[in-house]
Amino acid sequence: MKYNIRKLCTLIVTVFIVSFLAFAAFQLIGDPITHMLGTEATPEAEEALRESLGFNRPLLVRYFEWLVNFLKGDFGVSYSYNLPVHDMVVPKLGVTVTLTFFAFILTVLISIPLGVFQVRRENSAFDRIMTIINQIVMSIPPFFIGILLTCIFGLVLKLFTPGLYVSFAESPAGFFAYLFLPALSIAIPRIAQVVKMLRSNVLQQMTSEYVLTAYSRGMNRRQVLQKHALRNAMIPVATFLAVSLAEMLAASIIIEQIFSIPGIGRLLLASIGNRDVPVVLAIVVILALWVILVNFAADILYQFIDPRIKNE
Amino acid sequence: MKKRTLAVILALVMILSLAACGGKTNTPAAAEHPRKAAGELIAGIAQDLDESLNPYQMVSAGEKEILTNVYEGLYKVAPSGDYIPAVAESYTVSEDGTVYTFKLRDGVKFHNGNTVTVQDVLDSFATCKELTVDSSLPSVLDGIEVKAEGNDIIITLPAANNDFLAYAALVYIIPSGSAEECKTNPVGTGPFKFVSRSVQENIVFEKFADYWGEPAKLNKVTCKIYEDNTAMITALNAGAIDMACHLTLDQIAGLGDQYNVLEGTMNLVQALYLNNARAPFDNVKVRQAMCMAIDVDELLSITADGHGTKLYTSIYPAFTKYFDESLAKLYPYDPEGAKALLAEAGYPDGFKTTITVPSNYTPHVNAGQVMVQQLGRVGIEAELVEVEWNTWVTDVYKGRNFDTTVCGFDASTLTANALLSRWVTGASKNMISFSDPEYDELIAKATAETDDAVRTDLYKQAAAILAKDAANVYTQDLAEFTVLNKALSGYNFYPLYRIDFSTIAFN
Repeated sequence: MKYNIRKLCTLIVTVFIVSFLAFAAFQLIGDPITHMLGTEATPEAEEALRESLGFNRPLLVRYFEWLVNFLKGDFGVSYSYNLPVHDMVVPKLGVTVTLTFFAFILTVLISIPLGVFQVRRENSAFDRIMTIINQIVMSIPPFFIGILLTCIFGLVLKLFTPGLYVSFAESPAGFFAYLFLPALSIAIPRIAQVVKMLRSNVLQQMTSEYVLTAYSRGMNRRQVLQKHALRNAMIPVATFLAVSLAEMLAASIIIEQIFSIPGIGRLLLASIGNRDVPVVLAIVVILALWVILVNFAADILYQFIDPRIKNE
Repeated sequence: MKKRTLAVILALVMILSLAACGGKTNTPAAAEHPRKAAGELIAGIAQDLDESLNPYQMVSAGEKEILTNVYEGLYKVAPSGDYIPAVAESYTVSEDGTVYTFKLRDGVKFHNGNTVTVQDVLDSFATCKELTVDSSLPSVLDGIEVKAEGNDIIITLPAANNDFLAYAALVYIIPSGSAEECKTNPVGTGPFKFVSRSVQENIVFEKFADYWGEPAKLNKVTCKIYEDNTAMITALNAGAIDMACHLTLDQIAGLGDQYNVLEGTMNLVQALYLNNARAPFDNVKVRQAMCMAIDVDELLSITADGHGTKLYTSIYPAFTKYFDESLAKLYPYDPEGAKALLAEAGYPDGFKTTITVPSNYTPHVNAGQVMVQQLGRVGIEAELVEVEWNTWVTDVYKGRNFDTTVCGFDASTLTANALLSRWVTGASKNMISFSDPEYDELIAKATAETDDAVRTDLYKQAAAILAKDAANVYTQDLAEFTVLNKALSGYNFYPLYRIDFSTIAFN
């Protein structure tokens, strides 16, 4: 328990180091003054705005001011949109997180049955073909699959209207229907990875000693697979899936561009271009927290399902 | 075993059929347009209005062209380029050109329901002077006296300024004290009123029923944001949006036949801008040689299938009053002549240089690529350097740290001054550090001159100097395309950034 709490504290500190690095990075790439005032502004106007926004103060002073406000729950006001950052980011976060979980659920629902199916047919033609397909699909980046699916389902089969994003408020059914293909694009390479992992783990388990014992006790192959090998093989797969959740958020950011989904990915990219520091920092902290918490959860999960770890 | 196979196959079929349920099926344009009954237009725009929506703090052309549907000044631009009455009904100028009297139009209403009063106009001028980010305005508004007399607004200038009407048109009229609110919730007098916006998703406008002039024909306009080009074209083809502006040739190539393609110009001066303060571009012979080395016809044909209008100085062709076609004869394409001039200038074997371009402007990047090839033919080894927009503004435009660059300059007002005063020696916006005392003199004389014919001639002479001195390698005013669904019509091009939704209607 103590170990876990200590780890959690270290991780939270990591989040804030990340935010500081992001803050300091803007020192190098410039301020939003040009974006706010345009190319034609006079140097005096720029200096006046810089002064009024407090950009001339030292880096650490500005960072601590941001940190104190952030911890109080005040995320600041966007320099570009003049809207409170909190109001801008939260709805978009909802969209991106929904997309990520949708992809995750698809991955779990498809990869595990598929993996088990393939294992049962070890060395059959199906097994060999699937292995090759897995190898190929594993390395295709999600955005390419996204473009392919858009072409096939959108332009050729006309089952899907690209660009016609439906917000949740407008129609929940339409919202999820539109997110199906983007979620699938993220899920497909991951599915291939999980299937491959599952297959190799299970087959590895099948060569261990306890399996021999199980056979000698009269279990047939199917029962051994179901009762023992599968469960043991699932341990690394479960943690892989948990960690994938973090990566899937990153993949969503790229997929958002292709399917024109208004999530935090697009907002992040636009805000970096506009040097909109409050928005970027809020999103960076959220992303860092997400990655850290997901990894932490994966850690705890691992401790639970593998009793051997807990005792160490 | 067989049962399990069946189960898996059924599961896969179920998942695929979910995809079939998603999204609407596409029907060809034979049926009536789905939004015709509601009078609703969905337009695609390439960039969100990620700046203050306050009229005096509008920075990007993209924002100005959309928000001019919401805001109006005393006068506004017509498609012909003339200024026509808007919030003001008429105006008169005194003999010496220093006193302008605008008669306020009766019964003009703001979008919040209030009637426009002379106080609103006075406060708008005061607020504009205080908040404006357009650096040409403070010098015009400083020292003017704005007062009201009955229903008239009397503006006294310190000295005659023949371009004043154009600048006054930039002072958009907003309710007194609403400057802060307008940052996020615009209130104006235009044919459309602002309804809502969703960051990076859309901006919604509605017809203003109490508009003083001819009301808009559409009931609702939604501007959806598509930052990705491919996504915009896909959306157009799928019928998700009905209109898009500023498209390039390769974008419209992928378009289906349910659209009309209208060709216009971007109203800017694209050129290979040369840093006159840096060697070897401080040598006029080198600059002239570069002008002769670039074949603009070839450039237009490679980058835009021949579309685009050539220009020879910092005046774009749509500005017919000042555009001088005879300048074409100065430096026609002549690679041999270019090499000879370079040798004369002391560079018989050419030289190395860089062309810095903002990576987000594909037309400029493409032009840069063609120029690299063409310059290579005369021995000038140019390297194309792409940089991000904000970096370009900081390093090249403001820092003037560049050899050459390809970009386009537009005009904030429809005046020769807007295009030419920039290049006066020591001007803060003189990116290329051009310096010619004769040019400075001509510009100064033209600004002070009251006679229109003399003025025009002085400006034309100044523009001719830019061409003769080969200040830059001038190329073109880029062609751009607006696509409109065949169910709609009524789009007009303006010589200044303005997308007028009020004249568009369903057939």
